[in-house]
Amino acid sequence: MENKQNNQKEIYDSSKRGHPAWEEFTGVLRYRDLVFQLIRRDLVSRYKRSVLGVAWTMLNPLGTMLILTIVFSRVFGRVESYPVFVLTGLIVWNFFSQTTQHCMSSTLWGSGLFKKIYLPRTSFIISSIGTGIVNFIISLVPLLVIMLFTGAPVQLSAIMLPVILLLLSLFSLGVGLLLSAYSVFFPDIAEIYTIILMAWMYLSPVIVPEETLASILNGWLLKINPLFYLIKLFRMAIYDGVFPPISLLLTATGISFAMFMIGWLVFTNKSDEFAYYV
Amino acid sequence: MSKQKINNLNDNFDIVLENVTVSYQLPDEQVRTFKEYAINFIQGKNKKRSFLALDHINLKIKAGEIFGVIGRNGAGKSTLLKVISRVLIPTKGRVVTRGRVYPMLQVGAGFHPELTGRENVFLNGTLLGHTRIEIEEKYQDIIEFSEIADFINAPVRTYSTGMQARLGFAVAFAWQPEVLILDEVLSVGDVAFQQKCRIRMQEYRENGTTTVLVSHSPVLIASLCERALWLDKGKIVALGESDKVTQGYKTKMGV
Repeated sequence: MENKQNNQKEIYDSSKRGHPAWEEFTGVLRYRDLVFQLIRRDLVSRYKRSVLGVAWTMLNPLGTMLILTIVFSRVFGRVESYPVFVLTGLIVWNFFSQTTQHCMSSTLWGSGLFKKIYLPRTSFIISSIGTGIVNFIISLVPLLVIMLFTGAPVQLSAIMLPVILLLLSLFSLGVGLLLSAYSVFFPDIAEIYTIILMAWMYLSPVIVPEETLASILNGWLLKINPLFYLIKLFRMAIYDGVFPPISLLLTATGISFAMFMIGWLVFTNKSDEFAYYV
Repeated sequence: MSKQKINNLNDNFDIVLENVTVSYQLPDEQVRTFKEYAINFIQGKNKKRSFLALDHINLKIKAGEIFGVIGRNGAGKSTLLKVISRVLIPTKGRVVTRGRVYPMLQVGAGFHPELTGRENVFLNGTLLGHTRIEIEEKYQDIIEFSEIADFINAPVRTYSTGMQARLGFAVAFAWQPEVLILDEVLSVGDVAFQQKCRIRMQEYRENGTTTVLVSHSPVLIASLCERALWLDKGKIVALGESDKVTQGYKTKMGV
């Protein structure tokens, strides 16, 4: 009888491990409740202690929008309903910049635990994206208010939103994984990244209209910027109110999946070294 | 050094190590930033030396025994535990374990100060690999064991160190582990609570839990363990009955 019991126990054999990318995937599936707890932790600790908690998530992009509108509406006067233009850009941008930075900080928090117990290390990164998705949805509320206020109608094309959010999440997850894999070894990557983000934002059609950037480098500046496609998708569906062309959708899908795969492979290959780094 | 030939894992052993070697790559200078790394790279200075934390360790730990590991600081004790608990993949050699390995977390590790005790029970439980449903089943037991039922809805930042320790242990002790890893953590909490933890450990042991206990204290190892291992500089100095091993250790250390 004891024999039978023993056979049911899970066996770990360090010489018979599968591919790290696959091991990590099945590991995260088993630890999915941990991912939810981590998202919960992030949201509760962010929103619990301040009355303005949820409101901040909405006020932050609104405030930025207001300032940018006052400053730039003269410069980019030709852009139709500039507040909505800026806000749509900012929502996508904030999601990307906040989640990728959060991936690094939560991996750093988790690395203290990685040295003590076995955990699928991607749990922390996936949960950062999950938290970002909730914040993204909350930040759609002020966008809706502004759209109603400025008379920009919500079109049927808004039903594309879940697909766009999925692609944006995959892309951000890929970048977050890649950054986190190295920031465990070099924490100053987080600081270098802040500077890169600043440049990246001004080179993307977030504040600056697409037409202004389109002329630079024969349009290559935009073409090589993966975020350009994701911002454009979101703007078309929400701000322009048209369904994006299939070619754009396919390009964005390809980029997002490729980024995710690269990030996942690099991270899972590196993460065994985390515990070696004392 | 014992040179036993180890075959595959059979029913009598829960943990088997075959020629396990762990070598850390340490840079000559501690490089902590990408900037330094880049500068050193250009100057061709990123030399590394390797440090053997474990050197061809062969070891079998029987199912259901309490096994002690003793040695000085830097002897490789913690590395041995990491290898067994799957945190560290050995550089060379093979580790086989049967059953869920359960490393005891240090006090407060994995707690979030802003969350309530209840929320932290769920966070900590999932960190240990349990599902939400498993935690709900054990929730009452955890609260009773921790003796902090009155404060369970207060944020953990308001807890004393002792309360945090009790809650952490209550979560960790809620499930019978198949392999329990203890790294000198039992010295927290008051005497009564320590006693409670010991009783729970004893119950688990009678039900078949394999325990690996690491300590600096030969007295503790001799009193709790049947067999023990003495490690020094990543090598096995002695392996066998805990009385003999700890006696040898005491003589060598001049205690």
